[in-house]
Amino acid sequence: MAILTEPTLESASATSGIDFGLTEDQELLVSEIRRFAEERIRPGVAERDRKHEFPVDIFREMGEMGLLGMMVPEEYGGAGLDALTYCLAMEEIARVCPATAVTMSVTNSVCCWPINRFGSEELKRRVLPPLATGEAIGGFGLTEPGAGSDAGSLRTTARRDGDFWVLNGEKAWITNAGYAKYFVVVARTNPEAGKRGLSAFVVPADAPGFSVGQPEEKLGLKASLTAQIYFSECRIPAENLLSQEGQGLKIAFATLDHSRLGIAAQAVGIHQRALELAVAYAKERVQFGVPIAQHQAIQFRIAQIATELAAARILMIGAATQEHTSQAGRLAAQAKLYASEAANRACAESLQIHGGNGFHDDYEISRLYRDVRVTTIYEGTSEMQRMVIARHLLQK
Amino acid sequence: MKIELSEEQKLLQENVRRFAEEVAKPRAKEIDESGEFPRSFFDQAGEIGLAGVSVPEEYGGAGMDTVSYTIVIEEISRVCATSGVILSVNNSLVCDPLLKFGNEEQKKEFLTPLAAGQKLGCFALTEPGAGSDPSGLRSTARRDGDDYVLNGNKVFITNGTDADVALVFASVDLAKKHKGITCFIVPADTPGYHHGTHEFKLGVNASGTTELAFDNLRIPARFRLGGEGEGFKIAMATLDGGRIGIAAQAVGIAQGAFEEALSYSQQREQFDQKLADFQAIQFYLADMATEIDAGRLLTWKAAWAKENQKRYSLEAAQAKLFASEMAQRVTNKALQIHGGYGYTKEYNVERYFRDARITEIYEGTSEIQKMVIADWVLNKA
Repeated sequence: MAILTEPTLESASATSGIDFGLTEDQELLVSEIRRFAEERIRPGVAERDRKHEFPVDIFREMGEMGLLGMMVPEEYGGAGLDALTYCLAMEEIARVCPATAVTMSVTNSVCCWPINRFGSEELKRRVLPPLATGEAIGGFGLTEPGAGSDAGSLRTTARRDGDFWVLNGEKAWITNAGYAKYFVVVARTNPEAGKRGLSAFVVPADAPGFSVGQPEEKLGLKASLTAQIYFSECRIPAENLLSQEGQGLKIAFATLDHSRLGIAAQAVGIHQRALELAVAYAKERVQFGVPIAQHQAIQFRIAQIATELAAARILMIGAATQEHTSQAGRLAAQAKLYASEAANRACAESLQIHGGNGFHDDYEISRLYRDVRVTTIYEGTSEMQRMVIARHLLQK
Repeated sequence: MKIELSEEQKLLQENVRRFAEEVAKPRAKEIDESGEFPRSFFDQAGEIGLAGVSVPEEYGGAGMDTVSYTIVIEEISRVCATSGVILSVNNSLVCDPLLKFGNEEQKKEFLTPLAAGQKLGCFALTEPGAGSDPSGLRSTARRDGDDYVLNGNKVFITNGTDADVALVFASVDLAKKHKGITCFIVPADTPGYHHGTHEFKLGVNASGTTELAFDNLRIPARFRLGGEGEGFKIAMATLDGGRIGIAAQAVGIAQGAFEEALSYSQQREQFDQKLADFQAIQFYLADMATEIDAGRLLTWKAAWAKENQKRYSLEAAQAKLFASEMAQRVTNKALQIHGGYGYTKEYNVERYFRDARITEIYEGTSEIQKMVIADWVLNKA
């Protein structure tokens, strides 16, 4: 037994490096968040969707629970948890309200995360505690009307003026605009340097020259506000620069690598709910004298939704637990790509199982069907994820 | 949660990969074409512990965990799916039930040589009229004093042409349907035991798949595995585990095809650039890699659950369903990336493409997996 009896292999029996189990702490947290989501978020979901109402009081509570700065170290007011726990929490919130989840994702992933990673000590002490505790909501300004997937072509400028940076330009599709207090914004500091001429800043919403446009009318996530933000000779302190000049695009990409985990988790949460709704409806709805769950065509659809859910969740878990490895970018892109596309299929299939009722606003699946659509688009379209993955595979 | 292999598992992976490259790969094409059962591969695999990976060492096995077992099957299937299924059947469908349901005497007499690879096993459940619905099997076992006398026919028996020992499912009372099904350990040299010759198939062509016939075959009652009427339960429990092996086989086939496609896309030039420079090809590769990772992780999760004595029936069905259908898509795309060359025998992808097809059928079709999954989700969760 040459291969298997080498001394180093002796201990391989019984012990496995792999562990798919949750810790007790994680299980407790998940059930706590699920209860909160059901009791506090669920009741007004449909109405807030209809009225495009941003639930300020709920975010205050979420902040108090530590859900808005989950990965921020405790010394800056955060919960000091890992990426996996964050994903599990996102899943639970998205399962009840995808619109609430996206505000949670933006504050955690694309606002707190880059500030914690790239900000100066002074900046972290100043802005992270209010963000992490829910006193302030966060935002992220990268996309512009002419710079979507090709973020490097953005045109907003920042010029140095003594102890200040002065920003001019506009940003589009900015989640939380109108409510957020701090935005991480990427702007061009050197027009000659192309993609290396970008830098990242923290822009407070009360900075002079900062303004917010009208909320956009969207297909879904109606209770999350999305608007343009404008900078007109907008002055911010020099210390609000993240890392150094010229690092903007690198910071943006690192942030997106990370934030894709949150969107993967959002998609998994929606997918989970689409499955639950399909199961409940199929057991209750009677046609041809039996609950439709007894028809094999319905059973097989449900099996497919459940299997793709398992695949999406395991990719999310794999990516979240390997965030420290060289494969992190590829794994997060894979998780986001698969989870978002699978969740879209799941909502479409669940709606089909609901028949005509699924098309009605009274049924939750119709909202999920609208809400889920954006998951293959924001934080990098599916096409961008495939580019990221292929670049890793082909080692470019 | 931790989704990283232990150092031991990584070393195992490296070593099995080397063994697969050196022993299984060189003959993969040849045995696919001739259909010759690669007994020497099995013998060599047995010598290094791959015939009974998860069987304790006291019974001739390697005493490793279930995730390690999936690594073995994936690595072998990555170069030769036929060799992968030969090992999967011996490990999952023969050694596993003997370990779980056998008495001490049976483990010593039968499990030990099978796990050590000195003997080759096969699993005889399917019949011409009993495929997805094994409760309709017609093979009979009649008690006669201290013996049982078996009569009947089995089809699609992997390893059947070369097996030394068969686990045979036969009914002690046909009127009882699945409650009459009983499992027997049958040495192939028993008088009245007949096996067919090699049958040509679309894929996994050298796996010794053939028919078995029992003609007044007489075995002592001590060869009965479990009690009378417990055969159906044994078969179902065994197939739950077997599905993990087939999921691993599908992941291995997909991984092998993906690597061929990745490398081909970086060599082949059209329109003055490498195929890999075309966005359409890059996107194929991205989707393939993503789905392979998902299939592998689902397989590991099912293996981990089995290893830790948690429920794994649902997890194994999901892993098998996803991985087998994923392998079908991935090998299809790998062939497409190869273009016309992929359709020829000059390249390996056409073999991967053919080999993948069976993973959606054996050890429970995709439809059976969906029935199992739907039952869990609708009625048991």
